[in-house]
Amino acid sequence: MISGRCAACKYLRRRCPSDCIFSPYFPSNIPQRFACVHRIYGASNVAKMLQQLPAHLRAEAANSLYYEAQSRTQDPVYGCVGVISLLHQQIHSVESQLAKTEAEIAVLNSLAQEPAQIQENEVEATFNNFLLEQDIIASRRFSHSTYISSNFI
Amino acid sequence: MRNHEPRASSSCAACKLLKRRCTPSCIFAPYFRSDEPKKFAKVHKVFGASNVSKILNEVPEEQRDETVNSLAYEAEARLRDPVYGCIGAIALLQRRMVELQVDLAIARARLARYSASSPPILNDHGSMIPTLAELPACESAFQVMFPIKNLDLFELLLPWMPNRIKTTISLCPVYPAVVVSPSDWIARTSERSSAHDQTGWIAEITEPS
Repeated sequence: MISGRCAACKYLRRRCPSDCIFSPYFPSNIPQRFACVHRIYGASNVAKMLQQLPAHLRAEAANSLYYEAQSRTQDPVYGCVGVISLLHQQIHSVESQLAKTEAEIAVLNSLAQEPAQIQENEVEATFNNFLLEQDIIASRRFSHSTYISSNFI
Repeated sequence: MRNHEPRASSSCAACKLLKRRCTPSCIFAPYFRSDEPKKFAKVHKVFGASNVSKILNEVPEEQRDETVNSLAYEAEARLRDPVYGCIGAIALLQRRMVELQVDLAIARARLARYSASSPPILNDHGSMIPTLAELPACESAFQVMFPIKNLDLFELLLPWMPNRIKTTISLCPVYPAVVVSPSDWIARTSERSSAHDQTGWIAEITEPS
């Protein structure tokens, strides 16, 4: 019985050896997986990358290569780096919201400890000061996290 | 007849590495200058020169700079982390996003409790921060947004979700506790996929039935 070729060997129109580096990760029933990865990286680069890894890590590597290749196909300019930028923006936005909410809690906390009669402008001044402080803290947090994630650019 | 012209000193990094003549129409030359040889070397190692050339030819000229920068970033990430490449960075950021969403949900809950027992406070836009009574009744503790379009990656990233989600939310007195099984989570997400816009998925964490 002739055993089926993997998707890679089918695509490359060659015999699929028993120790084929591609076959565990590019089964013949998902041809688009190899086609996508081949279009971006090329078969020999993928083979090299997989061969350099211990066998138990190759599945994860093949998955991440597929994701990156898909992202690059859908967005040829930014690829999955676009996802990273979007995440940075979203994180910054949530950090700001969190900082503001914490500032509001802090204000309410301090008001709860003050005498009942407080002038409106005092309330507003306290509130705005806390917001300003928290904004500064939030931007420091954001710059720190951006640095950690992207310090090799 | 021997060519007596001086050797071109303007050969780009790509043509130097590929050991070929750098023509005026070289597609690599504007983006891989000869003083940055490592940039092309890394991109070539991961993607290969012909694949890079194909990608550059696909994009409009004004976007090629950005394209090369993102390819260089990806190549660098892949060389540093041969297993996960950029996906490692994405998973880290997603984890941070989840943690922040939890913190925000808890902070909002605390704020709502404060607001219920004190005069209404106006936010920046002059609208009232909702009191506890006004918060919509819902079973979910919060919604977490993932900017991915691919369920395969979603499954890949699930093990990265911090266990802290379970413990933190179960301590939150305002919203009920949380966390369906990963397969249930995936099923809910795919049901909602058509309703959601193109920027990503919404994953919802609800009480298991």
